[in-house]
Amino acid sequence: MKKPGKMLAELFRNVTKPPATIQYPFRKLEIPGDSRGRIVFISENCIGCKICVRDCPAEAIYINKPGEEKIFEAVFNLDECIYCAQCVLSCPKDALSISPDIELAQISRASLRLVYPAKPKPPQPPKEKVDKPAEGNAAPAASA
Amino acid sequence: MNPDKIVKIPMGPQHPALKEPACFTISLNGEKLVDLDLRLGYNHRGIEKAAEERTYIQNIYLLERICGICSHSHTTCMIQCVEQIAGLEVPARGRWLRTMVGELERVHSHLLWLGVAAHEVGFDTLLMYSWRDREIVMDLLAAMTGNRVNYSFNLIGGAKLDITEEQKKDILKAVDALEERTKYYIEVATEETTLVARLSNVGYISLDDVMRIGVVGPTGRASGLDSDARKDDPYAAYDEIPFKVITDTHCDVYGRALVRMGELMESYKIIRYVLQNLPDGPIAVKAPRKIPAGEAISRYEAPRGEDVHYVRANGTDKPERMRVRAPTMVNLLAVPKMLKGDNLADVAITIAAIDPCFSCTDRAIRVSDYDGGNAKVMTWEETRQFSIDWYRKNGVDFTELNKRFANRIK
Repeated sequence: MKKPGKMLAELFRNVTKPPATIQYPFRKLEIPGDSRGRIVFISENCIGCKICVRDCPAEAIYINKPGEEKIFEAVFNLDECIYCAQCVLSCPKDALSISPDIELAQISRASLRLVYPAKPKPPQPPKEKVDKPAEGNAAPAASA
Repeated sequence: MNPDKIVKIPMGPQHPALKEPACFTISLNGEKLVDLDLRLGYNHRGIEKAAEERTYIQNIYLLERICGICSHSHTTCMIQCVEQIAGLEVPARGRWLRTMVGELERVHSHLLWLGVAAHEVGFDTLLMYSWRDREIVMDLLAAMTGNRVNYSFNLIGGAKLDITEEQKKDILKAVDALEERTKYYIEVATEETTLVARLSNVGYISLDDVMRIGVVGPTGRASGLDSDARKDDPYAAYDEIPFKVITDTHCDVYGRALVRMGELMESYKIIRYVLQNLPDGPIAVKAPRKIPAGEAISRYEAPRGEDVHYVRANGTDKPERMRVRAPTMVNLLAVPKMLKGDNLADVAITIAAIDPCFSCTDRAIRVSDYDGGNAKVMTWEETRQFSIDWYRKNGVDFTELNKRFANRIK
């Protein structure tokens, strides 16, 4: 049984098969739904506690309060983000979620700065939530 | 041997065997290797120091990036330390899921190694097919954890994600396919005469040397050392899962290939067992942000060998000290021993056969004299006696362990 060329049969079997690789930009692989891609911010849910900012290992998130009202905008530096989704886990109000959007390459670094503008909260019936007072205005997102 | 005829050749630091930097300065007499000097540190990133500046939660992701292949190993090892200090009891389901991701990681690491080793000996056909099949397990990990490499599956206190019935079926199906392919690779490795001839008697290291140097993982097991942190010091769910420790007595690169492929087959069994016997319940407990003061050490059998982490907590949300000892650190010390007398052409495959990971390895320690002049130099015997006495004083007795090791040498 011991002779060279053990993999020849395998080679011949694969001659007629299509390549295992795919031509990427023209054909795309199916990305699993739970893939950790771009982080999505839902401004309506945000209470400005900034736990996500504190827990982010890459310091890629900034939560700002643009006006006097308690509504918040989020700035993500996609070039610093390591897509670990710890912020999604840390968020107490489901204001952050992951999306399977992984095609995030840009031509310039400036366009990697993703801003989710602040949106006013929908009117709430009674006031039961105790919002943490936002500690002043956050430092503006550092320009890279 | 004529000392005038000795030629020194630097191999590296640009990718001596794998795509990672390390410098091996080899002294040759003709084609035969006389001496090997190795220099590390090209990949030193100061991760241990950086870990002291970050919270435990941030450190999970920092330590995950020590190494791209054994990212789950490093986080699990660190988290086990933290859980030990904080006294957290991880729920059974969390521990079993961790075990399964750990085994899937071992599968992808060993398949990657098989391809690299085949490439080093010029058998690129095997490289292409084994890496194609590795994609199966990479896809599984991507579907299960959300990413192909840095899974971030671990939490302090358990696992991050649960597994669905559908995923279970996918994993079982993929494991069947992988098992069939691995059987074929074992056939290739044992029957393809060119491969057997190329790998046999290359990088020989005896059991005595393995014991003396302290080689770990598949490299040690290929020389007959029956040592596996999963059996010796069970963590996660390994004390409840039946599996065999694969050993071999070839003591050479061929033996290391056989051990790794044998371990692949064991990993498939473990994954199946986990899926069939996965306990119900929560996957994680809530962990405090501030970890009480204390210190802990934890062992983890990474794909490349035993990984050891040490964490010292000081009651804040940041560790005071974090220390990583990766398996390659000890295995690299065995490389000069393995290569002595071998040919120049064997250097690449012998280095590749310990499955080195230089980014895991590159840590730095500065030993400084804190006591102000009380430092002393101890011989090996004195150090050994000192540590035995120290542990005995602290209530740890190694008599049983020594007996077990004595049996192994026989």
